[in-house]
This record gives sequence, structure tokens and C-alpha cells, in this order.
Amino acid sequence: MSLQTRQLACTRGERSLFTNLELTITPGNALRIMGSNGTGKTSLLRMLCGLSMPASGAVLWNGQNIRSNREEFNRQLTYLGHAAAIKDDLTAWENVVVASTLAGNPIHQIDAYDALDRLGLERAADLPARVLSQGQRKRVALARLQFCTHNPLWILDEPFVALDVASVTQLQSIMNRHLDNQGMIIFTTHQEVAFDDGRLHSLDLNQGEPC
Amino acid sequence: MLKVLICVAQRDLLLAFRRRSDVFSMLSFFIIVVSLFPLGVGPEPAMLQSMAPGILWVAALLASTLALNRLFAYDFADGTLEQMLLTPEPLTVIVIGKVLAHWIISGLPLVLLAPLLAVQYGLPGDAVLVLFYSLLIGTPILSLIGAIGAALTLGTRGGGVLVSLLVLPLYIPVLIFGAGAVGAQASGMGAGANLLLLGGVLAGALALTPWTTAAALRISLE
Repeated sequence: MSLQTRQLACTRGERSLFTNLELTITPGNALRIMGSNGTGKTSLLRMLCGLSMPASGAVLWNGQNIRSNREEFNRQLTYLGHAAAIKDDLTAWENVVVASTLAGNPIHQIDAYDALDRLGLERAADLPARVLSQGQRKRVALARLQFCTHNPLWILDEPFVALDVASVTQLQSIMNRHLDNQGMIIFTTHQEVAFDDGRLHSLDLNQGEPC
Repeated sequence: MLKVLICVAQRDLLLAFRRRSDVFSMLSFFIIVVSLFPLGVGPEPAMLQSMAPGILWVAALLASTLALNRLFAYDFADGTLEQMLLTPEPLTVIVIGKVLAHWIISGLPLVLLAPLLAVQYGLPGDAVLVLFYSLLIGTPILSLIGAIGAALTLGTRGGGVLVSLLVLPLYIPVLIFGAGAVGAQASGMGAGANLLLLGGVLAGALALTPWTTAAALRISLE
């Protein structure tokens, strides 16, 4: 099982963000995408999960283009985007249930409560997301990762933004557990993160070369 | 598959319920437009009766266009639409769920209100019944076709005007058959032919538009 790119290129308008990008990720490994603002981190992640079309090149899942087998690929993928996909008018637990059902894992109210409990949101579970702080909203969005452990590929756009220290540690342990289970994680962050040795690989879009 | 459809429809209904003012503003637009005409053109019963089907249908059509922008715009803004594109279920199923909820929110209330408002125009009972049927068959078509326009204009500035320009030409056959059915019944010709034609359009729209909308959504999110 692996995700691979072949000579991936991305252009925004007239400007070329990156060309000939080659990366491979295999089970048990995490790939951290780095780069200054505007170097195309989010664009790359959107391409990797098939939301946007590469200017040239292809994204391959197990050797097959993800566009030729979209539903099968989506079944293996969990994507947390830049926008948190949280509805202001729904309560925290309703948000978790809806997000998880949409992702193909229907859960019950009680499961959502448990997931929020584990992220320290027990008191916010019944509040509408409108009144939650940025960090709490982020944690609501992250809560659904706990139901996606059977999806091997996680693509997370800035998962650590707005989280407090305790939540960062917690998220890291969730991510480490996923790697233990032979999962794959591709994520972007500007923060330093700690992973068990040898698992974390980096790709710096400023240089355009994997290191 | 059914689970996702129900989940999406339920969620949209719940969201609409928590944001009732949107629905009420659309309904009050419909009520106001329909109620102002008898005051404006005068109480001539014959004239009112002949104008009623057209006015009721045009008002319903404009009111449902008003609600179209909201169909995908909120989900687009907060990133939910991206998640919907990445579900293992076919996007078409999600589109059907959203359109169904949209019709229950913005179409069904019009269908139920129209017979009441028709009283102001002195329409005979059988014509009111035909009006009810024609709206019942016609408003789902408006939601289905409108969804294509809403999906295509996502993320564009001034999308509201653009959506009307895109969608109104496609609404015209629905308007003609819908208002025509009521007119035909009132003039004694029987509404059967018009209603059957509307039914045909509905069947065609059901079969084609969810796929078109799904494709349009993918294009808009590129």
C-alpha cells in the first residue's frame, strides 16, 4: 500500500508553484510538508486527495491513478482540510456524528460524546459550535479522527493550529498510534512535532526537493 | 448509501430549522407578492381569475430562486463540501439528499400556502386543486434544476444574479405547463395534458440533474 506522485506540477494562474514533484509514502510513515506561506502546501494536499487536478503529472494509490478509482480511494482516505467543516448551528456532538457519517462511518450520539470526552471537550459537547473558541472548534474537527483508524491514509492540513499544549500532545499520540497500526499520515505544520524515530520524513516546498 | 442520504437530508433540515429566519423571509416574499397584486390591479373578479395562475406560479418561481444560493454556499464556505466530495459514497446520493431537503424547506411550504392565497383571486375549487397539484409536481423540478445553477456559480462573486440568469430560462417550460394547467382547468379544458407534461419533466429532471449537479460541484471545487 502506498501513495506516490509522478512529476506532479501545480500552477496558480500564471505562476508555477512546484514542478516535477515526486514523493512516496509507505505504511508506518509520516510525511511533513514544509514551506513558507504561499508555496503550495494546501494546493499539494488538495491534489493528493483528488480535490483539485494537477497541472501535470499524476497521484497514484497502489500504483493506480486516484482519479480512475475515486470511490475506492476515498474509502481509504481521511482528509481534514484548512476549513474545519464545522457547522455553527449544530452542537459539537452533532458535528462529530454528521462528519463521521459523511466519511462513511455512521456513529451514534454516545460515540460522539466519548470521542469529545477524550479530547477534553465533555462540557462543550452540547453547545452549538458557534460559541466555541477556535481551539475547541479544531478539537471538534479532530474528534472524528478517532473513528477513522481503519482508513490507512490521513491527510491533515495544519492539524496543530490553534491547539493548546495538552491537545497538541494528545493529537501527536493519536497520530503515533495510527502509524503504529501501519497507517500513513501526510500533514502540514509550522510547529515542531515529535514522532518516534525514523518515522517522520519531510518535504520542503521552498527547495522543491524531498529531503 | 441510504444512511448518508438520510443523514445529509436530516442535517439540512435541522440547519434550516435552527436558521428559521431564512425560510420565513422567502415565504413572506411569496405571500407579499401574491397579496399585493389584487390590491394593485383592482377587484375585477374575471380579470383576477384569469391572472391568478400566472401570478402564483411566477411568485413561487421567484421565491424558490431566492433560496437557491443557500443550497451549497454555506457548505462551500466552511469546508463541508470538500468532505462531501471525499466520501466513499457517490456524490450523486449526497446531492439528492441536499435537493430533497431543499425542496422540503423551500418548495413544500409554497405548495401548501398557494391554495390559501388563491382564495384572494376567487379561483374555483377545482382550479385551486389543480394549482396545488401543479405546484406539487413543479416545485421539485425547480429545486432539481436550480441545484445545477447553484453548483456552477459556487464561489463566484454576484452568484445570486448569475444563478437566476442561468436557471430562469430552464424554468420557463415548468412555468408554462404549471400555470397552463390551472388556466386550462379554469377554462374548462381539463388540466390532464399539462400535468402529465409536468410529470414528464419531473421524471427527466430526477434522472439527469443529480449527476449534472455532482459534476458541476467537482468543477467548482477544483
